[in-house]
Amino acid sequence: MSEVRKGKKTVLVACGTGIATSTVVSDAIEKMAKEHNIQVEIVQCKVTEVPAYESRASLLVTTTIVSKEYPFPIINARAFLTGIGLDKLKEQILEELKK
Amino acid sequence: MNHVKFDETLVIRNIEGKDSSDVLKLMAANLYQKGFVKESYADAVIAREKKFATGLPTQGCGVAIPHTDIEHVNQSAISVGILKEPVDFGIMGEETEKTPVTLIFMLAMHDSHSQLTMLQSLMGIFQDEEILLYLANEESEVKIKEEVSKRLNLNNVKGGE
Repeated sequence: MSEVRKGKKTVLVACGTGIATSTVVSDAIEKMAKEHNIQVEIVQCKVTEVPAYESRASLLVTTTIVSKEYPFPIINARAFLTGIGLDKLKEQILEELKK
Repeated sequence: MNHVKFDETLVIRNIEGKDSSDVLKLMAANLYQKGFVKESYADAVIAREKKFATGLPTQGCGVAIPHTDIEHVNQSAISVGILKEPVDFGIMGEETEKTPVTLIFMLAMHDSHSQLTMLQSLMGIFQDEEILLYLANEESEVKIKEEVSKRLNLNNVKGGE
């Protein structure tokens, strides 16, 4: 992963295995950030690996249950897969990225 | 070796099972028999489904995308299962909520992060009610294979190679 620049937000994208749904979600967020000229570092991982990034992340977008408490917001990304409620989800993520 | 294997022998219709584990076992056994996954895949995919459910309440009919860690896979492949009667799967990202699932896309992924286009196309299928209903009701495995291959842009290959 690239080094974290100052002011650049780190977004964690997690699923159970870190190989399937998080791949699709990572790409969608990357595209969104580019469209809106927002610099982000996206880290794709398994949900069990999230604690390792706790200190540097500003947002967790995930397709699985997160049973642990974190100091950053957690957004459920299922709409990227089903298309149901997708606009609302994108808005929610953008809002966090712009903070 | 990024090619994803898929052919009509990986399309299984009229699956009957009392629960999701039953159905997953049957589909995993077929993948194992063809050498695409290791013997450990079946138990791993069932265990993972319990921990991280993959059911999606899509329009038309519910789908599930069971999969597990790459270490249980020999060769990337996808298997499509069509259930005779819907079976309840946990909803992805929900703790207890379930959804009736008719279509199962079992993913055997051998390389992480490498199948973005295929996965995106798969999500495209999930967001298309018409195609989901077509796949759920079509009686020919070959036609199902052709439609899914076309949608996922997979080259048709013979199974069991």
